[in-house]
Amino acid sequence: MDLSVTLAGERPLHLKNPVITASGTFGYGVEFAPYGDLTSLGAIVVKGLSLKPRSGNPTPRIAETTSGMLNAVGLQNDGVENFVRHTLPRLPWQELPVIANIYATEPQDFAELGAILAAEEGIAALEVNISCPNVKQGGILFGQDPRLAAAVTKAVRKAAPNKHLMVKLSPNVTDIAAIARAVADAGADSLACINTLSGMAVDVRSRRPRLANVIGGLSGPAIKPVALRCVWQVCNAVSIPVVGLGGIASAEDALEFILVGASAVQVGTANFFRPDFAFDLVRELPKACEKLGVHSLEELRGSLRV
Amino acid sequence: MSQPASSLLTVLDLVPFGQSNGLDTQFFALRLERPSWTAWKPGQFMMVRPTSFGLDLPWGRPFGICHMTAQHLICFFQVVGRGTQRMAALKSGDKVQVWGPLGNGFAMEDKPTLLLAGGMGIVPFIGYVHEHHQPWNLTMLFGHRQPLNCYPVDSINERITVDSLRESAVGDLDNLIFSLRERMADVGEQNGLVLACGPLPFLKTVQQFALELKVRTQLSLENKMACGVGACLGCVCQSTENYPVAAKRNWPVQVCTHGPVFWADQISLD
Repeated sequence: MDLSVTLAGERPLHLKNPVITASGTFGYGVEFAPYGDLTSLGAIVVKGLSLKPRSGNPTPRIAETTSGMLNAVGLQNDGVENFVRHTLPRLPWQELPVIANIYATEPQDFAELGAILAAEEGIAALEVNISCPNVKQGGILFGQDPRLAAAVTKAVRKAAPNKHLMVKLSPNVTDIAAIARAVADAGADSLACINTLSGMAVDVRSRRPRLANVIGGLSGPAIKPVALRCVWQVCNAVSIPVVGLGGIASAEDALEFILVGASAVQVGTANFFRPDFAFDLVRELPKACEKLGVHSLEELRGSLRV
Repeated sequence: MSQPASSLLTVLDLVPFGQSNGLDTQFFALRLERPSWTAWKPGQFMMVRPTSFGLDLPWGRPFGICHMTAQHLICFFQVVGRGTQRMAALKSGDKVQVWGPLGNGFAMEDKPTLLLAGGMGIVPFIGYVHEHHQPWNLTMLFGHRQPLNCYPVDSINERITVDSLRESAVGDLDNLIFSLRERMADVGEQNGLVLACGPLPFLKTVQQFALELKVRTQLSLENKMACGVGACLGCVCQSTENYPVAAKRNWPVQVCTHGPVFWADQISLD
């Protein structure tokens, strides 16, 4: 079965299948090379990159919760320069779209990141993480304000006019459709939907939070219903392609996202269930389609009966 | 070292340890069919995730590789939380996802080597003792709180001398710390090697003596892990300026891929 997908638009992104590994759950890809053929995946999104290396948050940074997990890693990474110089050359980018997830606390830094990566042949697309605080404006999250989200999108669009630009939306908002429209109007080529849900876990014996940062991002199967709702609302609000993610743990889960309108999907926390999960998902998708009697993803996409 | 692999293994059996006083034991040897990987180094670990974890327990659990033979792989565990509780209910024929071997193992030298084990920290040393080709160079000091028959000591008693100290009364811990320091000093004088695995306070004590006595010492750390392959960045510890990789000095490094075995002067346990 032909599983290929194009995130269509001015700067189309061609994927051999709709399975993309989500940022922060697949390292830089090389960590998972022993468990499968990286080039069999649709694309990989690498761990979030910032301008300067970041040492991240104190530990504990992760906590297992029922059907999910919390993380407050604090975007530990080696910085964009180290990534470009040392890690990117080790990735099979000629055969697999490598998407760089970028993170900054000022639009200007986002633009600088965009400019550095725009010059890299090995980068197929940029994914902008707008679930981060705007330091200049009292720490309000870019992704929670349509104007700020649009400003970041415009800044990266201008700095990297040659790259497919995907913006990753936060579910921690009142009206996700409004943010989606603002970002689409500002020049995004596609949207990734959703980032983690803000959450907490508590150890009742020690009376302490289970994360040093107290608050973290919830991911995993527990958030799938929220993610589906967000993808559904966003698909109805914009005309650019939407990549769905949030708790996908089986081929059938992935098809649910396609049904509500997603063009492709990302798998995140399930990469921790077992390191070969994403590779297996690519193999399982055609079987899941056959079971439903459909012959292409196109037949399913956006065909939710309401 | 062989490439790690992920495979679905069948449970052969689950053997309880230390069932003596009529209470349910918390210690088990989980025998699994042998995985596809053959080469491994004692001190390396594996991630274990029974299919019975379903979707509600997303993470596998990291365990030091206890022992592997031509027939089976042994995962020795103590029930401490939700995951190990569910593992204690495993039966012959159940399926378990296992990925490994992961991380770096202990140094193995033809020199006097002191093994310092605290409680469940004995687990990786079982494999170490079996794989070492000069067992006469090995001695072990084993501090533990539960009865000795809760731990898999019998399998190594034939090969090396195990001096065990049970902590049951006030003062026992002081005795352990005293002999620990004496033994480390002895091994240091012979330019030998010290390997330690156990709870954090135990490792901190060993680290302090190692730096003070200048004895070559490796510590095996444990931590909560989501992936075991270096991706989740949940299991990091802080490296020192002595860390061999320049870019990772004074930086959080993953216990899963940069450890779990570290030289004592290369990490901070504070």
